[in-house]
Amino acid sequence: MSADTYSLKVNGTDRQVTESLPGESLLRVLRERLGFHGSKNACEEGECGSCTVVVNGQTVCSCLVLAESVTGYEITTIEGVADDDGLSDVQQAFIDTGAVQCGFCTPGLVMSVGALLDSVPDPDELAVREAISGNLCRCTGYGRIIEAVSQTVDGRRDDGSRS
Amino acid sequence: MLNGRQHGGVSVTIATSLEDACAALAVEPCPLVLSGGTDLMVEVNRGSRRVGDIVVVNRVPELVGWRRKGDQLRLGAAVTFAEICGSELESLVPALAQAARTVGSPQIRNVATLGGNIATASPAGDSIPVLAALDAVLELRSAEATREVSLRDFITGVKQTCLLPGELIEAVRVPVLDGPQEFCKVGTRNAMVISVASLAILANRGSRRITVGLGSVSPAPLRASDAEDHISPHINWDGGAIPDEATIAHFARLVAGAANPIDDHRSSALYRTHAIRVLARRALSRVLGRLSAT
Ligand SMILES: Cc1cc2nc3c(=O)[nH]c(=O)nc-3n(C[C@H](O)[C@H](O)[C@H](O)COP(=O)(O)OP(=O)(O)OC[C@H]3O[C@@H](n4cnc5c(N)ncnc54)[C@H](O)[C@@H]3O)c2cc1C
Ligand code: FES
Ligand code: FES
Repeated sequence: MSADTYSLKVNGTDRQVTESLPGESLLRVLRERLGFHGSKNACEEGECGSCTVVVNGQTVCSCLVLAESVTGYEITTIEGVADDDGLSDVQQAFIDTGAVQCGFCTPGLVMSVGALLDSVPDPDELAVREAISGNLCRCTGYGRIIEAVSQTVDGRRDDGSRS
Repeated sequence: MLNGRQHGGVSVTIATSLEDACAALAVEPCPLVLSGGTDLMVEVNRGSRRVGDIVVVNRVPELVGWRRKGDQLRLGAAVTFAEICGSELESLVPALAQAARTVGSPQIRNVATLGGNIATASPAGDSIPVLAALDAVLELRSAEATREVSLRDFITGVKQTCLLPGELIEAVRVPVLDGPQEFCKVGTRNAMVISVASLAILANRGSRRITVGLGSVSPAPLRASDAEDHISPHINWDGGAIPDEATIAHFARLVAGAANPIDDHRSSALYRTHAIRVLARRALSRVLGRLSAT
């Protein structure tokens, strides 16, 4: 264990990492040191995307990021996508369309979809499929996930035209 | 230097200047260079790589970003594949951008770097056939010296390079060519796939040459020189007529003949050779189509 500490900015707040092992991934630090259990650990080799978080606006597999290499960067986890106990529109759309079955893939997918819609507000289906190509879901067959993205896009368009 | 910390005797240095990075690497035993981590962290997570001191290089300004100088591009070693496929590089080095777009997934491309791909020296590294066809030159740097090595001299075998302890790849230099380019890759599915066979074909109106780089079919970077020699004089470089079918078929056979593949868990040597022949024909037809159209 380390005698020294470092800090990571997670969901807008600086968190001190006071204990860690050499070479620990961001995923392990988030889950085991900082108590953010939303990001899932399934493969630890970048294949499944269940550990997806957003670093400085870009999705990454947190299992492949050396935790200390992202000191000073903005890290957003699934815990940070909505205020308090509420849900983001992407999360709500996943629930409404039945895109959540066992739910293990969901946090990672919500991060990937959120990052896509932040940069491309109205993506075509190919862009959606490409954006989620690093997230494996073994339950839904992806159809409902694509639907959830459409619902979110429609909802944001309606909100935009109302305001 | 942003920070340098000790964990049970292991230090992590996040270098913010080239000087710092080289100084941190100039110790015994030589620390690990870490850039995006998409190759190294897989090994660390598995426990198959002992974690020693680490120097993180992907914030070093000289390694980040790219610039054009005349008809040369200098790509920093820490340029990510997402940066390559989402920028002007798409038109300056189209085959490299095409290859970049096939790497892993968005999450991987957002962090995986060109320098990491080269230093890993996997026969399946997607940048390798393109860089071989471009005659890429690597700028290497250590605390004591700098040197330039061609990509083909740098990678000496499967996961073997001539990188010395304390040295890092600072940048990759490639030419901007006048002519169409194609990168093709065969794998088991569209996304997230390590290539079974890949190939890059580049046309260069300036030198009136076609160059061909092959991937996943040899231990080290490979060019199909006989095929290049065969096809280049058959092309009407001033536009118009393209070589006949028989000439193209012979070219594809020569490209396949240059391949030196193995049987492994991803595919058989026989299939790889077949795939290379099909890709060679397809990619050349696309390149020729665009050569005659412009
Ligand atoms: C799920 C997944 C999918 C993948 N798909 C593909 C794919 O489709 N195609 C493909 O080609 N690769 C693929 N890869 C492999 C990997 O993403 C690439 O090889 C990537 O380019 C490595 O870059 P990095 O910056 O992440 O390297 P790191 O892991 O940081 O480093 C890799 C190696 O290079 C050394 N190194 C890094 N930078 C330097 C430097 N500047 N100077 C000297 N040495 C350096 C390190 O010491 C280490 O030995 C995949 C990996 C994963 C996990
Ligand atoms: S746990 Fe990170 S990609 Fe699977
Ligand atoms: S809902 Fe079960 S893996 Fe996606």
